[in-house]
Amino acid sequence: MTEPMVRIRGVVKRFGGREVLRGIDLDVAAGSVMCIIGPSGSGKSTLLSCINHLERIDAGRIWVGGELVGYREHKGRLYELPERQVARMRQKVGMVFQQFNLFPHMTAMQNITEAPMRVKRLPASAARQRAIQLLERVGLASKHAQYPAQLSGGEQQRVAIARALAMDPQLMLFDEPTSALDPELVGEVLAVMQDLARSGMTMVVVTHELAFAREVGDALTFMDDGLVVERGDPRVVLSAPREPRTREFLSRVL
Amino acid sequence: MSASRDTAQPNVASTLTEPGIEALPVVPLRHPWTWVASALALLIAAAVLSSVATNPAFEWPVVAEYMLDDQILLGLSRTLELTIAAMLMGLVLGTVLALMRLSQNLLLSTLSWLYVWVFRSVPVLVQLIFWYNFGALYPRIVLRIPFGPVLFSAGTNSVITPLTAALAGLGLAQAAYTAEVIRAGILSVPRGQTRAAKALGMHPTTIFVRIIFPQAMRVIIPPVGNEVISMVKNTSLVSVIALAELLYTAQLIYSRTYETIPLLIVASLWYLIIVSILSAGQHFLERHYHHHT
Repeated sequence: MTEPMVRIRGVVKRFGGREVLRGIDLDVAAGSVMCIIGPSGSGKSTLLSCINHLERIDAGRIWVGGELVGYREHKGRLYELPERQVARMRQKVGMVFQQFNLFPHMTAMQNITEAPMRVKRLPASAARQRAIQLLERVGLASKHAQYPAQLSGGEQQRVAIARALAMDPQLMLFDEPTSALDPELVGEVLAVMQDLARSGMTMVVVTHELAFAREVGDALTFMDDGLVVERGDPRVVLSAPREPRTREFLSRVL
Repeated sequence: MSASRDTAQPNVASTLTEPGIEALPVVPLRHPWTWVASALALLIAAAVLSSVATNPAFEWPVVAEYMLDDQILLGLSRTLELTIAAMLMGLVLGTVLALMRLSQNLLLSTLSWLYVWVFRSVPVLVQLIFWYNFGALYPRIVLRIPFGPVLFSAGTNSVITPLTAALAGLGLAQAAYTAEVIRAGILSVPRGQTRAAKALGMHPTTIFVRIIFPQAMRVIIPPVGNEVISMVKNTSLVSVIALAELLYTAQLIYSRTYETIPLLIVASLWYLIIVSILSAGQHFLERHYHHHT
């Protein structure tokens, strides 16, 4: 069996005294799309932030591409890595946020070229050329000179996806990418994500879009109260859930 | 009630087909007391103006004579230099203090808090006099490595001239105010910006310089502009420690010629001119930074 792209073992996360994640085990196979669903407050977004070490975990371990995230193991101890080395790991992991988080003082083009130029030291001309390709891929080539405030929510999120792809990540994390969008703009973002999945990108998607999970997802995880309750083939889990809590959640959202 | 609401929009009313509702001319509400108040204000302004023009004690010819006097212009340039130097000191030290205050390290943030607390609580005038008399506290200033060799040593009075005392007094106090402004600016940038930049693999310094600081500037610039304008005026406090800036220069002249009022007017006019220019500049700067939001 090949090494999974993401390996999560025994992950615990506390905010103050509250345990948000209470021992999570999860594998994401390379080239697959893992969708995570669950009620709000179940810890699914927190788990996503732990995968690229935006949140520090309190117990357990996470590997991305076989590399331990955020720590160095040495003689039975875990040493926290300096921010500089964590940053190097994060280059391999793209992330898309619910609120887009585009840089408002930069054009769509500058948003995409910033990290390749500052982090990978790519020359400006090469970074721009790549950005144009990516903007074409998300269908926004004509909007390269616009500022985020001049774009619709759906367009902003597509620029945000292009921005993440510009670092050539091995893994893409999506944190409720369509939850902040007007209903008529959801489709264009999901279409870009579906196209990305087809190209073989490994993706972890926290979402409420069950139709997307069913059609695009290779695996589905249902989380509740900081635990993985059920996982499996999305078509099976969504139509014939084994666990009563999954059934209850699905009956409320369907 | 409903009739008057209909007549407020005669065009709409005229399109209605309901009988008995026709377009009536609208008479706006009159404000007679506004006219009375305006007339009164105009009267007072005229009285002040005529007295300023005719009262010989204003000595307008003397004002005109000293407006471009070499000594006055020298004092003016000293005021401007002091404003720029103290403001730069305040910005640099204020940024350091703001970053200390925002640091995770409890010692650093407490030290910064203490600094701001002390330097904002003691009046700048008191601070200036204090720095001027620093020699009474430490007669010699010695810079040495603890238990090691002496790097620098000098009599305090040769180091603390009126100029250094003025710079210390104005700059150190300004740093405390600027630190709060910069801290508020940095905090105004949403957390998602840092998260997005981190997720792209950017280093902490790059994130601050490229992402956080440019956005914080939008919040920082208007209050810092006001602080620059305040600083121009605050430099006049330095006259108490005998530094020949604009006000003290005017004082030096009128203590000799007894033309007190005209020289105070000369100083006031110059403050008026500088502040007006700076206000206009601030207006354009704000417009520039608000362009894309």
